[in-house]
Amino acid sequence: MNDTNHSILRADLRVIADLIRSGEKVFDLGCGDGTLLRYLTDTRQIVGRGVEISEPGVLACVSKGLSVRQGNLEEGLSDYPNGSFDTVILSQTLPYLSKPDFIICEMLRVGRRAIVSFPNWGHWRCRLSLLFHGRMPMATDLPQPWHAAPRARPLTVHDFKDFCVEQKIRVAHEIYLAGKRQLTSRGNHNLQATTAIFELA
Amino acid sequence: MDNTNSVGLVERQYLTFAQDEPMPLDSGEKLGPITLAYETYGSLNRDQSNAVLILHALSGDAHAGGVNAQGKIGWWDDCIGPGKAFDTNKYFVICSNVIGGCQGSTGPSSINPATDKPYGLQFPVITVGDMVRAQRYLIDYLGIEKLLAVAGGSMGGMEALQWCVGYPERVRAALPLATTARHSPMLIALSEVGRQAIYADPNWNHGDYYDGPRPNAGLALARMIGHITYLSEESMHHKFGRRLDQRERFGYDFETDFAVEGYLRYKGNLFTERFDANTYLYVTKALDYFDLSNGHGSLAKAFEHSADIKYLVVSFTSDWLYPTYHSKDLVSALTAVGADVTFCNLQSTWGHDAFLLEVDTMTRLIADFLGRIVTEDGISLPATPAPTPVSLPVTISVDSDILQS
Repeated sequence: MNDTNHSILRADLRVIADLIRSGEKVFDLGCGDGTLLRYLTDTRQIVGRGVEISEPGVLACVSKGLSVRQGNLEEGLSDYPNGSFDTVILSQTLPYLSKPDFIICEMLRVGRRAIVSFPNWGHWRCRLSLLFHGRMPMATDLPQPWHAAPRARPLTVHDFKDFCVEQKIRVAHEIYLAGKRQLTSRGNHNLQATTAIFELA
Repeated sequence: MDNTNSVGLVERQYLTFAQDEPMPLDSGEKLGPITLAYETYGSLNRDQSNAVLILHALSGDAHAGGVNAQGKIGWWDDCIGPGKAFDTNKYFVICSNVIGGCQGSTGPSSINPATDKPYGLQFPVITVGDMVRAQRYLIDYLGIEKLLAVAGGSMGGMEALQWCVGYPERVRAALPLATTARHSPMLIALSEVGRQAIYADPNWNHGDYYDGPRPNAGLALARMIGHITYLSEESMHHKFGRRLDQRERFGYDFETDFAVEGYLRYKGNLFTERFDANTYLYVTKALDYFDLSNGHGSLAKAFEHSADIKYLVVSFTSDWLYPTYHSKDLVSALTAVGADVTFCNLQSTWGHDAFLLEVDTMTRLIADFLGRIVTEDGISLPATPAPTPVSLPVTISVDSDILQS
């Protein structure tokens, strides 16, 4: 059950894990098979909770000894009192949400901070795809064609930053990945990053 | 039968209490003496911390696991035994028949010490709270300070929740399955139709029938209605379709044409052989009264002192008797008070009966969940493993009527 090896995690989850302090209360929205929560429980002694829509995901979480509830994110969040968690995580799920603005506000209501990771359609490959090939770009870190993904809403790093300004959400941290590699703080992240990780407060 | 993972031959035991001081009931009345029939499987560990109380549904009894002297297999034997969901190598498993019952515990068919005749309708009306209050005497008697878990489906799930609200300090974990925290108007309506079927049977005689013919027609009809509610439309298609029952063509008469009719008649009649009509009245009434929020203002308030218990709530997609929203309401209330709750809405076509029939998934879920409680709370396993099953009676009947609600 215990796997404390950092390398089992997807690249963006590794970055997220490094932002979590020991003993935190962490809520993972769309926690999948519970890999991140299990890892954080074993390495950071967090108190973890998850919400997951798929039955195989929920069963996998229970077999990992995690506390998880089956349901969509709206259901998962609304029952929690304000400030129930230190950190609420939403990894690679943002483009699939029907009410992303509502979910992010809810994350900041039930948690002291929110960490969001999403694939960046502003990446140069995506731009070239439409410009030169005339085809809708697939996010490099979420390569699903238009007909296979459930109602994806493509967004870029700039789009998300605009959203934070508009909603008066403070960005405490921004980290960018190109594949598995972390980008330095300089450069054009919207062009270079395949995935962005934002810590919001 | 492969009995390598059976708890083997089991014996029903009895505890009698409240002889000197009758037990107070929610109605304001008192009841005593009270006998509870119960069975246990596995063994207690040194600090009595590995006990799991299994709670049966409407028509169930204390015989949950193993095989009894009559060769009957327990109603949840699929999940109780060495290596099963409730692993008797690890846990001390207890199951008792509820008060108001008719299978060894004090109920309307028991002798009223005041009259030396069966209680009949002289038996006081009981509630799920009263059932649990009586179970507490048994748990006290067995020397168990804190139960590792309380678990049950349907009415058993209500009892499990009642344990959490009534005696939160006595419970570590609860597994309410295919159940509700509050009986809905539709459930009350279905209970009432079942009761009316019994009242309408002239043999019922206002509950006074123990000297004469029994109200079997009424009880059988109540059971038939019940069985419809335990299935789903899909499972009926699967189980019966439009198949005829022992006929080549339509009879154009009022004998049994369809397989589903034959099934209901068979189940209804079978039920009258083992169940008491008055118990059906009392227990369905107890279910109808069940509403944990009663007296608390809200469901969340009811669980305010039960937030330290860990919960595994399970519902089933095709259960229209206790639809998923019942479990979601429960999960919402538990979440609001900060309880550690795991919730699963399992895909199943079996309707309400799914909690007994989805054995593989339930085994996995229950075993994993209990395993986590054992790890997190540092529960020790019994020093002496459960005794090896003795040889079983030659004829074993798998009672096809074990499904309950």
